[in-house]
Amino acid sequence: MIVGNRKSFEEILEMIKPYRRVLLLGCNECVTVCAVGGEREVGVLASELRLWSAKEGQELEIREHTIERQCDHEYIDQIRSFVDEYEVILSMACGAGVQYVAEQYRTRIVLPAINTTFLGVTLEQGVWSERCQGCGTCILDKTGGICPIARCAKSLLNGPCGGASNGKCEVDKETDCGWQLIVDRLKELGQLDQYEEIIPIKDWSTSRDGGPRKRVREDSRL
Amino acid sequence: MRLHYPTNVKIAKIPCTGRVDNLLILKAFESGVDGVYLAGCLEGECHFLEGNLRARKRVEYVKSLLDEVGLGGARLEMYNMSSAQGQRFAEVAREMTEKIRALGPSPVRKKVKG
Ligand code: SF4
Ligand code: SF4
Repeated sequence: MIVGNRKSFEEILEMIKPYRRVLLLGCNECVTVCAVGGEREVGVLASELRLWSAKEGQELEIREHTIERQCDHEYIDQIRSFVDEYEVILSMACGAGVQYVAEQYRTRIVLPAINTTFLGVTLEQGVWSERCQGCGTCILDKTGGICPIARCAKSLLNGPCGGASNGKCEVDKETDCGWQLIVDRLKELGQLDQYEEIIPIKDWSTSRDGGPRKRVREDSRL
Repeated sequence: MRLHYPTNVKIAKIPCTGRVDNLLILKAFESGVDGVYLAGCLEGECHFLEGNLRARKRVEYVKSLLDEVGLGGARLEMYNMSSAQGQRFAEVAREMTEKIRALGPSPVRKKVKG
């Protein structure tokens, strides 16, 4: 899923300062699962904003609304009947959602309430961890199913580097060395011979280096 | 046992403090109360094992939210007591009342638009 962190209340206040009517828009997918931008978090931020405005004597109208996904226009369409009543949409979706809402309502200002951080997994209730950077050419088959792009601080294709110590990465003693994980896993799988093979220079044009990416599947187009 | 505790304390009964979610506490403040405290069972004695420990974590989190919005986290507290500690219950009610009185009325009292 896509994981994010909520922006600080102070930062949010600064963004919405010029406005009096705010539509706080949540998303039911990834950001709900990582407890940052679903219906509950919309409720909490709305409540904080109401408490703040009451305390400051500032006029501020907040409407709470959460849609299924902010990355599909069918769902974004569902707010069309009332979106014009608000000066600004404060979106609690990932950056993709924020942008897509803005694309559908070109006369509305759309602001991000969260910082989108990574593609990851739920380690345990309340803890999420990065796993993939969407490089466009997956090499998990060569690395024991552990991603060196996302889990090695240097995204080394042939590691570890000299900074690895006791299985931890040099950037942070709490962080596992991605390459140590790969070696351990290959050992477990009896595939250590794979480690001997040098992974060639990666073609980063399938990643961000090739510019914004797009996928078209002709057979599913209408 | 006929114990007296301040009449300003209004009790909201819940099955376990583990039921108290962040929004529930914020809503209480939106309704204009001056302070909120949770009276959970003693730590280690939760019928649902960890309800009261979770509640404490949420209280800490909501305190930080109250600080952010300028109401002050001190208006929210978590206490633990057993159902046999009536004296303690009355004592906490007095303690919290005094604390909130010192902080003054909530600055949002009756001002939140629903
Ligand atoms: S190799 Fe690329 S696609 Fe595969 S998990 Fe890593 S970043 Fe994601
Ligand atoms: S210590 Fe390991 S994870 Fe950290 S940069 Fe070096 S190889 Fe990558």
